[in-house]
Amino acid sequence: MRARSYDVVIIGAGIVGAACAWACASEGLRVAVIEADIIGGGATGAGMGHLVVMDDSEAQFALTRYSRSLWQLLAPELPDDVEYESCGTIWVAADEEEMQAVRQKREFYEARGVPAEVLDAKALRLAEPNLREGLVGGLRVPGDAVIYAPCAARFFIERAQSRGAELYLPRVVTEISAEGVRLNDGSVIAAHRVVNAAGTWSPMLTPGIEVKKRKGHLVITERYAGFVKHQLVELGYLKSAHSMTTESVAFNVQPRRTGQMLIGSSRQFDVESKEVDANILTRMLERAAEFLPGVNRLFAIRGWTGFRAATPDKLPLIGPWVGRENLFLATGHEGLGITTSLGTAKLLVDQLLRRTSEIPIGPYLPSRVPESVHA
Amino acid sequence: MTNSRRSFDVLVVGAGPAGIAAACCAAQEGARVGIVDNNARPGGQIWRGETQDSDVVDAASWLRKLVGSRVEILAPMEVFAQPEAGRLVATSPDGACELSYKKLILCTGARERFLPFPGWTLPNVMGAGGLQALVKSGMGIAGKKVVVAGSGPLLLAVAAHLRAHGADVRTIAEQAPWSRLVRFGMALASRGQKISQAFQLKKQLSRIAYRAGCWVVAAEGNGKVESVTLRTERKTWKEPCDYLACGFHLVPNTELASLLGCELRAEFVRTDDFQESSVSGTYCAGEPTGIGGLELSIAEGQIAGFAAAGQRERAQAYFGERKSQRRFSTALERTFMLRDELRHLPGAETIVCRCEDVKFGRLREQPSWRAAKLQTRCGMGPCQGRICGPAVEFLFGWKAESARPPIFPVAVESLAATACAE
Amino acid sequence: MPKAFSVTVNGAHVGVTEDMTALAAILLSGTTTLRRSVSGEPRGALCGMGGCFECRVTINGERHCRSCQIRCAQAMDIRTDD
Repeated sequence: MRARSYDVVIIGAGIVGAACAWACASEGLRVAVIEADIIGGGATGAGMGHLVVMDDSEAQFALTRYSRSLWQLLAPELPDDVEYESCGTIWVAADEEEMQAVRQKREFYEARGVPAEVLDAKALRLAEPNLREGLVGGLRVPGDAVIYAPCAARFFIERAQSRGAELYLPRVVTEISAEGVRLNDGSVIAAHRVVNAAGTWSPMLTPGIEVKKRKGHLVITERYAGFVKHQLVELGYLKSAHSMTTESVAFNVQPRRTGQMLIGSSRQFDVESKEVDANILTRMLERAAEFLPGVNRLFAIRGWTGFRAATPDKLPLIGPWVGRENLFLATGHEGLGITTSLGTAKLLVDQLLRRTSEIPIGPYLPSRVPESVHA
Repeated sequence: MTNSRRSFDVLVVGAGPAGIAAACCAAQEGARVGIVDNNARPGGQIWRGETQDSDVVDAASWLRKLVGSRVEILAPMEVFAQPEAGRLVATSPDGACELSYKKLILCTGARERFLPFPGWTLPNVMGAGGLQALVKSGMGIAGKKVVVAGSGPLLLAVAAHLRAHGADVRTIAEQAPWSRLVRFGMALASRGQKISQAFQLKKQLSRIAYRAGCWVVAAEGNGKVESVTLRTERKTWKEPCDYLACGFHLVPNTELASLLGCELRAEFVRTDDFQESSVSGTYCAGEPTGIGGLELSIAEGQIAGFAAAGQRERAQAYFGERKSQRRFSTALERTFMLRDELRHLPGAETIVCRCEDVKFGRLREQPSWRAAKLQTRCGMGPCQGRICGPAVEFLFGWKAESARPPIFPVAVESLAATACAE
Repeated sequence: MPKAFSVTVNGAHVGVTEDMTALAAILLSGTTTLRRSVSGEPRGALCGMGGCFECRVTINGERHCRSCQIRCAQAMDIRTDD
């Protein structure tokens, strides 16, 4: 017999919603998770599964560092199919200007307690022999890792369920009300609080949320174990992620435990279609080949697209929605949803329980957005 | 790596009987025609290894027509994506190739349906058509013990072919019951050509036990198959063998059609009277429109070829033949329906997805195909679900989703070439 | 008459003709295991027509080649993935 009323209803069983469910259930809250399709079926299942500390801003750094440390603590408990691999990241510098940026990055990371090592050209070649000649060096961040996110989301849901959380799947939420949520079959799930963790669908349920779809492309190869050993990212990735221009590609390649490689990345706004765009794909693959010439001869098995949930200031929305006492948001994670899922869950449950968080929450609060938007 | 370009009035994908017929008819009307196939020589599966001088009369005659025509044969070449309407990209040993067309005829044929059972992943367990293809490609089979099993008329043709090459075919195990086979035989009795084919086969298959209502429950062996366990309603026994040739009838190759946006009805490409699909200017002929055998494929190919070349009246001349052959297709479907016992062959430890080694036990916990793919990676390997897809549809009712590029694994540089134009 | 020549399968010479596939050459050499699956099972060819990818071997240094689709050529170097 299902509970009649919950402390928290979480909309969305992507990795963010799933992590929130586990965090809430672990605190003894009565939790329901409502998922319209399948666990991890949105950006969680489409994306790269990287756990990475990023320094686009202090706030982004704080959240990714906090989250990554939570993943590191959790790693020994993760089931095998989550495929946690602490392969580390190398940010690759193609010229002296980027090498300068590498050194600044290192200082920034080290000053904030995240180990990072500058590699010169020789050390870079040693670390990654398949990178082309002539790259100037890079920054190696050993604590970064890679996981298979859909299985992580499932694992979080299972953990939540073992603490009494209930999963409603598949069920579609049509309305968030003061009582809880209404489903498309007319029934109501009553809850004291509602958490909108619906990723790119979150603005549909809560009009006014400034989350836009940002399309990405990925290609996965056959198995070539050892072709790359670290996740590799060009420094231009930050520019690409940061910019608000309509489309960009940036070199980002990731080894999987299977020996397959994920090749990315691309970003596009204002495209609704899920179709693979041949032009973007070409640009992305050619960019990859510029760094890893040998990639050209590897077999690509599949290409696909996905949508990230992007906010104007590149930071997620974690906290109460202005003007609605019972509604909280946990959405807008752009390309960092996997990394920051655990941190987001902690920050969210802290707020539900009115506890101080381990990091300042101001930058992620939905209320940070100017008043006029909420009018 | 070379990037080449070819431009045609009519492009035919697949050089089996349907494709060859389509290409010849279109070329006959003066169109500039190209035909693409992923084998080095035309013929597809049923005419694999045949030449213009072959004993197989229709193969020889059609191949002669093809070679004598002005059709450009592009082989081996494999289509993998469509960057935009009117343009396909393919890969060959020389690199990526761009193929432009005004009209397109898809003759991508069919593949065998595989169902999992304990031991099916052992080396020397193959498809029925698979083993035949292997023998046609130069593998010796003389003196080897072979069990042929599964379902469909293909089993007979395969057994005959293997026997002709010196194999010791121990038994043919057809899962369909006698009652249905007898009705099918009567249906065959009404078609002249098929009678003579049947008689030929009967001669070639004399003294091979043909068991109806019989199926494989397991293959056993160390490092390769050494015996198979066969079952009927009345008994179960082991049959030693060197090869198990086992396939359960055919499924249409509709990935390219699906990628191009052609509507499917059930699992087949929907076409109109002139073999045109729901995508204007794209035709489909042969097994992807319905599993119906050789003569139907040829008839449909002729119709599509003439129609694509703008000669509808000539196409109409073959409507009667097509209608007649389609009755055979319906009879096939009815006769070789898969029995329910086949759903219960795999155990929890039986691998279903061979690319990713996903076991039956894990799969049956999943609520849907999408969830299964994401959680277990079933269907996400290089075969892109071609092998496990029909199996999970039979076992769980899960339907395949529409195709995405590339529809075959290709080198990254070839995939990058898809946008190369202008 | 199809041309006859030799290829190597795992270093051993095998006499073939030009209309034979690399897969036929491998089997001719007496090898039944073409590759190991992701969980280490021995695998051979299944479908014979390029669709199952079970027959992948390394040909002339290039990995993951479908041996049932590739015709033998003079001095072809074929290595199984066992």
